Amino acid sequence: MNLTELTISQAHKGLKEKKFSAVELCQAYLNRIKERNEEIFAYLTISEKLALGQAEEVDKKIAQKEDTSLLAGIPMAIKDIFMVKGLKCTAGSKILENYVAPYDATVIKKLKNQGAVILGKTNMDEFAMGASGERSGFGLTRNPHDLEMVPGGSSSGSAAAVADNMACYALGTDTGGSIRQPSSFCGTTGIKPTYGAVSRYGLIAMACSLDHVGVISKNADDAKIVFDVIKGKDPMDSTSVEHNLQIPDSSFQIKNMKIGIPKEYFIKGIDPEVERLVRQAIKKYEAMGAKLEEISLPHTGYALATYYIIVPSEISANMARYDGIKYGLSVQTRGTNKEHNLLDVYLNSRRQGFGPEVRRRIIIGTYVLSAGYYDAYYLKAQKVRTLIKRDFEMAFEKVDIILAPTTPTTAFKIGENVSDPLTMYLCDVFTAPSDLSGVPALSIPCGKIGSLPVGFQVIGKPFHEEQIFQVAKLFEQSVD
Amino acid sequence: MISKKEIEHLAKLARIGMTSEEIEKMQKELSAILDYFEKLKEVDVSGVELTPYVVKLKNVMRKDKERIGSNLPTKEELSRKILNQAPMTEKNYLKVKSIFENESY
Repeated sequence: MNLTELTISQAHKGLKEKKFSAVELCQAYLNRIKERNEEIFAYLTISEKLALGQAEEVDKKIAQKEDTSLLAGIPMAIKDIFMVKGLKCTAGSKILENYVAPYDATVIKKLKNQGAVILGKTNMDEFAMGASGERSGFGLTRNPHDLEMVPGGSSSGSAAAVADNMACYALGTDTGGSIRQPSSFCGTTGIKPTYGAVSRYGLIAMACSLDHVGVISKNADDAKIVFDVIKGKDPMDSTSVEHNLQIPDSSFQIKNMKIGIPKEYFIKGIDPEVERLVRQAIKKYEAMGAKLEEISLPHTGYALATYYIIVPSEISANMARYDGIKYGLSVQTRGTNKEHNLLDVYLNSRRQGFGPEVRRRIIIGTYVLSAGYYDAYYLKAQKVRTLIKRDFEMAFEKVDIILAPTTPTTAFKIGENVSDPLTMYLCDVFTAPSDLSGVPALSIPCGKIGSLPVGFQVIGKPFHEEQIFQVAKLFEQSVD
Repeated sequence: MISKKEIEHLAKLARIGMTSEEIEKMQKELSAILDYFEKLKEVDVSGVELTPYVVKLKNVMRKDKERIGSNLPTKEELSRKILNQAPMTEKNYLKVKSIFENESY
């Protein structure tokens, strides 16, 4: 038995039946990481001591016949944007290279309470700004399916770690597609829950109104197990909401479901092979008895322009805190020129600490928020956002769930898009609309083109994650 | 196309130091991105409200008092922890470079 290939439920069963100990399971993952991380670079920090300590605790509980939760003793990885007390938290940025988290994020607290084993912190595009994993300040992550290809981003290390059995599951964040797009590229399952379903406390902010905390896992069941632990209202996050909606399993029948297929997601520019695999997946649901209906989300084509106005606006505000004064990189001298003042510290710290994409987005945000342009860009984008949200509301009056491709293509070559920011932005064309609207969406693998995985999205009504997991699971069962 | 001077001004506002090559590069990139935003001009938004957040926001208030507990750090521990992350300190203060000398604007 290869321990690192087990799902959460399988590993839990093995621990309970004492087929292996939590320490053995943890060690298997640590060995795998030692073997593979140099090549893939999924992890920025490996927290071996913490992980083994947590595993020992779980073994003690099992020895004393205490009840343990599903996540107890299961080794997992965390995107380096969540605070884990005592571990470095860099957000993939040089400006936070030596920053040590002073407290646990709410989701980390919840996972620790369940006995989760934290293997380490994963690589990512700097401050979650990127769609390829190439924009980390510490070096790029490679796609385990083909080392010449990008893993997607910004949760690049989390997706690559799960895909390469370097973690059983991982936490990620999704602001424009950063969980689902790398999941699609790496062949993992990734859920972006409803906005507000999971607390953002202890998460380094990129764009507060769009940042979602979610899970990358081996399958839909695992994603559900983790989501059920991390969800819920948190007094420390005023945008979080109680997640009370229960959809009883017994009433769920695929043959009673209406599935919407949005025509705007099957446009020119999508790789025909990707389209074929996604349509083939949709057909499976038809064979199960679901009714398919073509729908329209008419403002889809405006989502990216809207996104790239709103997000940089929020970024320019959120990045203001990195000033070289309170924490993080501080550049106190300017070469040989000894004459410098506070302004120079700001200018030089932020110039050296931030990578090109972060600087670019700060400048875009500063521009669209500045007097004279605010109405034309920022306010306009906030209104178009309303229309994009309405598209989903109207669609969900007619259908129960929406199926669509996650990305227009499979993983692209390292270096291919890095010099052209606009092309890189287009990677999020099918994922950004659900971030702007806050509706939950999950990406699930539906085949491969050559060695490269393809994913499709299951998009649901707000707080209908349960239904999304069930719909995704039906597909997994149909291909098993 | 957005001017070099405008980029210089934006960089100053955003407190990001930039070389002249970087400014030129940013000028091209920002212009292309702003052209892409022109797309939104096609959308009629008359009478449409804003969506800054998709959830309804409500202020959450708590009493403004010190939180004390056996598992919580003391005031002294907290300030030490915070100051330990700072690049420059003196006694119990954050230290910064001079503000007034060499004022550039």
